[in-house]
Amino acid sequence: MIETGLRLMTGGEAVAEAMRQIDPDVVPVYPITPQTPIIQTFAKFVANGRAHSEIVNVESEHSAMSAAIGAALAGARTMTATSSQGLALMAEVVYIAAAMRAPIVMALGNRALSGPINIHCDHSDSMLIRDSGVVQLFAENAQEAYDLTVLAPRLAEHPDVLLPVLVCQDGFTITHSAEPVELLEDEDVAEFTGDYAAPHPVLDTARPTTQGPFAMPDFYFELRRQQACALEFGLEALTELATEYEVLSGRGYGPLEAYRLDDAERAIVALGSSAGTIKDVVDELRDEGEPVGLLKIVSFRPFPAERAAALLREVGSVIVLDRADSPGGAAPLHAELAAALYGSGSELHGHVYGLGGRDLHPEDIRRIFAGEAERYVGLRGAACPA
Amino acid sequence: MSRLKTLVRNEAGVPQLGGGHALCQGCGVPLVVRTVLNTFTKPVVVVNATGCLEVATTRFPATAWNVPWLHVAFENAAAVASGVESAQRALRRRHALPMEEEVAVVVFSGDGGTYDIGLQALSGALERGHRLLFVCYDNEGYMNTGIQRSGATPFGASTTTSPSGEASFGKAQQRKDMTAIAVAHHVPYAAQATASHWHDLSAKVERAAAAGGPAFLNVLTDCPVGWGHEPRVSLHVLNAAVDSLFWPLYEVVDGRYRLTYQPDTVVPIEDWLRSQKRFAHLLRPEHAAVVEEIQRRVDADWEGLLRRCQGGDPT
Repeated sequence: MIETGLRLMTGGEAVAEAMRQIDPDVVPVYPITPQTPIIQTFAKFVANGRAHSEIVNVESEHSAMSAAIGAALAGARTMTATSSQGLALMAEVVYIAAAMRAPIVMALGNRALSGPINIHCDHSDSMLIRDSGVVQLFAENAQEAYDLTVLAPRLAEHPDVLLPVLVCQDGFTITHSAEPVELLEDEDVAEFTGDYAAPHPVLDTARPTTQGPFAMPDFYFELRRQQACALEFGLEALTELATEYEVLSGRGYGPLEAYRLDDAERAIVALGSSAGTIKDVVDELRDEGEPVGLLKIVSFRPFPAERAAALLREVGSVIVLDRADSPGGAAPLHAELAAALYGSGSELHGHVYGLGGRDLHPEDIRRIFAGEAERYVGLRGAACPA
Repeated sequence: MSRLKTLVRNEAGVPQLGGGHALCQGCGVPLVVRTVLNTFTKPVVVVNATGCLEVATTRFPATAWNVPWLHVAFENAAAVASGVESAQRALRRRHALPMEEEVAVVVFSGDGGTYDIGLQALSGALERGHRLLFVCYDNEGYMNTGIQRSGATPFGASTTTSPSGEASFGKAQQRKDMTAIAVAHHVPYAAQATASHWHDLSAKVERAAAAGGPAFLNVLTDCPVGWGHEPRVSLHVLNAAVDSLFWPLYEVVDGRYRLTYQPDTVVPIEDWLRSQKRFAHLLRPEHAAVVEEIQRRVDADWEGLLRRCQGGDPT
């Protein structure tokens, strides 16, 4: 029998439930697989009077993020959702949302970028906006997608952060897979989230502000640095909020999660749902006497470099798994770890896996830990044509 | 109180768009902005697309605006305004706004941000029925980036990307009929106006603001630099656009067309062309056929408009 309080639902449904409980003011949305179940489920909640948001059914993702900026800066708590090409189309405006300090919460169902067109998971969409200045938190499963979504508005709206927060969940693997999820009580979420009071709402006509002005070389650099500082502060804000959230939910979060890293000699570093598979393999290998562990990165942006380096200090061999490639250069997560671990004495290895939804099997992870895996895990044929 | 007195009274004190901005001498854009904003009796929020108006009025840390002003990008002003308008409804519902009075959402965009790159976002906003006023200051080209041709640039005009030359008479395509495109969205109010006919423009703003849904104003606005005329003759040039029937002044209320101005004397299209350097090449004998074609189009469009105003089929 299932434990009381657990309900079977997909990651997409769990996030829609979080949105219902948060009950944001404005939700501009545009459909795209695999995100669509989120907005469909949420639209049904609104249609049935269980949430009260203004849903703006825009004509593109570019307009979804643009309307979200308008709404958030007007003073409304604003949420949206997208995937892949949708994020690529809105990328221009994602950068501006961060620069205008618009605290928008966005659910991202991670999906490979075209081409060829593909609907399944990898992290190339997230990496496309790596440097946009938004917070990116990666969930391992439906429960985490729910919890991080409940946490997200407070993080986005923190007066020293005021930035968009993306809660990333692997397309299909999390968005469409049903798992037991424990929801908080509606009242508890409402109390935790509170009401949003924007610091300088555009709709305050008694105190008019000019938002989104033209900045030349005499000011642009300073404004960009202020924005970056706000993102850097996000690590501290997330840690504080996660502590508060743990009291409420009994579930602990942080910018990263160390799994059996104590006295580990080899450790994998990874993002997203693969962490769940890796944990199982770590358990098996530990049972077999292998000193292995996992460092799961929850907050890819801001990246917890110092804490990652501290946790990996005693680990002789660090293996980074990237679910996105950077053709002609280092894969994104690998590059972060190389910077964080520079001079530490740990060996660093990197693999790219799972592009376009290719599965990562437990056997692959065993081969990775054993140092027997190819650089491109699961790729058929030679890495480059002869 | 007369309309002129109202406009003057609203301009006194703290003008919504103050002086000291960097728009060119003779530019029609601030004239349009001030006529539009001075007509409003309720508070406004301005959403601005990227362009001359945005660049010249908000160089950080200075601003020329005394009303709330929001700029995000070039192509998305209508989408941003959709968000502001939706936020107002949501916040009003949970009593989270400081003021009782409804705030009007007014968008200012050039023709690039309306006819071309901003068309999709505008179409979406019009279709969704947001209560906002979208004002296109149509100066018939990308003036901020250096006078390139746009979908609003008229047939035969020389621009930096449709230059006239030995093998070119300038732009070889007709301009879009953006007002008709707006009307096709079944909006409650759409109109053509111009900066020189301030009374007509102000009256249209008033009706647009009362329309209860999306309203679109297409305002022909001079650009002395891009059009090639002296700053002091701006309004005369715009008068020629109206009097030659190149830019008829009309409105469409719930699909019903109405002329709002009938020139006493219709002047030949050459009067409009002659007033600007961008058309100077057309007045050479070798381009007489191009001028004839422009006149023929203007006449045909006018006939179509008159038929629409009589409730008939425009074709």
